[in-house]
Amino acid sequence: MSVSNISRRNFLRAAGLTGTALFVGLYFPANAEEAKVAGADAVEATDIELNAWVHIDTDGKVTIFSHRAEMGQGAYQSVPQIVAEELEVNLEDINIRFAQGDRQKYGNQVTGGSSTIRGSYKNLLKLGASAREMLIAAAAAKWTVPASECYAEAGHVIHRPSAKKFHYGELVEAASKLSAPKDVVLKKRPEYKLIGKPLKRQDTPLKTNGSAVFGLDFKLPGMLYAVVERNPRLRGKLKSFDATAALKVPGVKKVFKIQTGVFQTFRDGVAVVADSTWSAMQGRKALIIEWDDSGFEHISTDEIYHRQSELLKTEEGLSVRKQGDPDTLLNSAAQKLDVIYETPYQSHSAMEPLNCIAYYQPDKLEIWGPIQAPEWVQDFICTQFKLPREKVVINMTFLGGGFGRKAFMDYPHEACLISKETGTPVQVVWTREDDMTQGPYRAGISYRCQGAIKDGQFIAFKLKAAGQNIYHWMGAPKTQPNRSISEGFLAPYYKSIKDLSIADIPFETPIPNVWWRSVYASTNGFAYESFMNEMAHLAGKDPLDFRREYLKEEREQKLMDKMEELSGWKNRKKGEGFGLAITECFSTTVGQVVKVSRKSDGKISIDKVWAVMDCGWYVNPDIIHAQVEGSILMALGAATKHEITFKDGLVEQRNFYNYIMPRINDMPEVAVHVMDNDENAGGVGEPGLPPFAPALTEAIFDLTGKRIRKLPFKLDEV
Amino acid sequence: MTNITVNGKQHQIDADPNMPLLWVIRDIIGLTGTKYGCGVAQCGACVVHLNGEAVRSCVTKLSRVQAQQVVTIEGLSANNDHPVQLAWNEEQVPQCGYCHSGQIMSAAVLLRENPNPNDADIDAGMAGNICRCGTYQRIRKAIHSAAEMQRKGGASK
Repeated sequence: MSVSNISRRNFLRAAGLTGTALFVGLYFPANAEEAKVAGADAVEATDIELNAWVHIDTDGKVTIFSHRAEMGQGAYQSVPQIVAEELEVNLEDINIRFAQGDRQKYGNQVTGGSSTIRGSYKNLLKLGASAREMLIAAAAAKWTVPASECYAEAGHVIHRPSAKKFHYGELVEAASKLSAPKDVVLKKRPEYKLIGKPLKRQDTPLKTNGSAVFGLDFKLPGMLYAVVERNPRLRGKLKSFDATAALKVPGVKKVFKIQTGVFQTFRDGVAVVADSTWSAMQGRKALIIEWDDSGFEHISTDEIYHRQSELLKTEEGLSVRKQGDPDTLLNSAAQKLDVIYETPYQSHSAMEPLNCIAYYQPDKLEIWGPIQAPEWVQDFICTQFKLPREKVVINMTFLGGGFGRKAFMDYPHEACLISKETGTPVQVVWTREDDMTQGPYRAGISYRCQGAIKDGQFIAFKLKAAGQNIYHWMGAPKTQPNRSISEGFLAPYYKSIKDLSIADIPFETPIPNVWWRSVYASTNGFAYESFMNEMAHLAGKDPLDFRREYLKEEREQKLMDKMEELSGWKNRKKGEGFGLAITECFSTTVGQVVKVSRKSDGKISIDKVWAVMDCGWYVNPDIIHAQVEGSILMALGAATKHEITFKDGLVEQRNFYNYIMPRINDMPEVAVHVMDNDENAGGVGEPGLPPFAPALTEAIFDLTGKRIRKLPFKLDEV
Repeated sequence: MTNITVNGKQHQIDADPNMPLLWVIRDIIGLTGTKYGCGVAQCGACVVHLNGEAVRSCVTKLSRVQAQQVVTIEGLSANNDHPVQLAWNEEQVPQCGYCHSGQIMSAAVLLRENPNPNDADIDAGMAGNICRCGTYQRIRKAIHSAAEMQRKGGASK
């Protein structure tokens, strides 16, 4: 796709929910084919904006904007599916466009924390309904009939008594001059035609014929390609470089030093710019560089876990939560357990390596790329280049996976720095090795759990965590505890286990960290839920029955009923190991049961996983199923296949040959059940991940009697 | 100058003969459906058909494809209607979608060679393609469904 193919449309912005202003915008389609068609189309209908999410052209074509990044989790489908419900349009009749980064217009666009639906569905329902009411009011005025005699259906307003109808395109101009209604009546759940249905994703066809435009696929006329050689030791500096040989490589145009922002520090690198990605890579190989590694700790993985373990023995840490007096009860208890769980560093390793396109021009700086957090990128770039917001334009493409890594600003910053230097549009491409060796990573965290049982009851629980704090990298005071250490733990336990404490022991290394799918719950869940299983055994109880005593609320009880029913928990056969875990994060609770057995070759096989998710109000059950299936596979990889390790300040893994990904033969059968209720919407993209590892290790314990407290472990070696 | 045919169209490529076919297809010819994932033949995101066989374009040098036939995801069918593509849509396989050009190109060859694969055949045939989103369960289901479409004489190619 080139810029000349992009449909340039004048958007007349009329009175909507966000005010009145003439608005001229450029939006690129998600689909290369559509871009070509749009560019070739000489006669275009006028697109009119009813509100930031809803544009309708005078031919009646409805465009719904998706304000969040699409990285597989389905926002491109579910945001329009919500708006279309109240707008009364069929999903297959609309265009879907990515919104540009615009906090004023769209509010929070940071696609993280499983927040897209739970954070915006109530507003999106109102926006759809409000646009519909404006169209109905416009029709009623044209017919001079009461609006109450009109209704909307499938992109038309119909006058009930006379059966006269207008399509939305015939009404949009008049509707756009009306004020948005202050109050709108929203449908009840049984009235939904789209919401709650497993409608096929509108982006699927684009992803089966190669036409979906990911960041790496976006091209501009005159665009150059850049790769960057960065210090292989995290945070080291550049002493000197010799570009003579690199500049002799055919296609290489320019070589220069850049300093890219990584949180509040900078990473030194040497950029090689060429006329193709390959030439830039060849130029990079010819660079001669001397790095300055002085003043930086050359950390190794063994040291990290040794130090964490020492801290857990000697320090009490900063209190995150304390109720009652767990220490006294632990001291006096006859039945108690004191164990350490260890979790590894992980790379996000999205299939689309990091990349970004920037074009630094005198009057504006425009960015295109796989970006999870457009307004954070905008904030950061504005600060770095001292530009006002209106001069920094952020365009989102499809993301080939994100998992938290693409909610970071370093790779867009690199693209901007390089484009400023070359004066041309530039795409910076990270190789797989760059992506894997540079971080930021999910931090590896160690947990010490102590618990006491008296008369079969879990009377005292004490948890301490030692691990790096993402928020320290972002400037949070180091005297504050990392409150995220309680993420994943179910709130009802605070009521039922009266004597309890959770503390965070500050731990620093030079390794940059950032959120990774399900964030702290991804590691916390392993500790909390493994310990819950261990305490059940100490109390001599079945792990599911044990939990029922401490999770007394109706929602949790129903979830456990479903887990028991689907998995046949109480009817396991000889030679089958069953394990379970339940975690909560981003307002969604997920329980999983894992079944394992030992095959004739002696190896452990994961035969089936049952997942029950309670996410309250939901949009598309098939997307939820897909997200849970994927979360389980990602958790399986992190528990049994791969970890990031360090030696002498260097990351030891470089590519998929030594950061081993689960493949199709590793995928267990997964059955997902979504609970139906009228509670507020919870997150979907992440909460399916944390319960898997503790449920798996419990199933292995059930089968073999062997307790696994350190991740990752090799299934073949159990 | 290297002559290659991509999706039935001839191209004369003036580039380093060592340049991997992946970058020739993406940066020079401008077909971006074929993806870069690892560069070392580990992930399968770059799979294309070379004279009908599935190859990793990230490790296939331009010089090796002189005067040969390359088919990319864009050329697999005219209307997104190869049985594998139809099945991928039916079973709603992709999430982020980045790896699926390669998955589909691998699956198309698997089904041509083995029209009735069982789960073990599918696992063996598709183990070269990584999906970080974890769509494997749906890939298996979609391949069975595509096989059935082929047997029923659907839009087989």
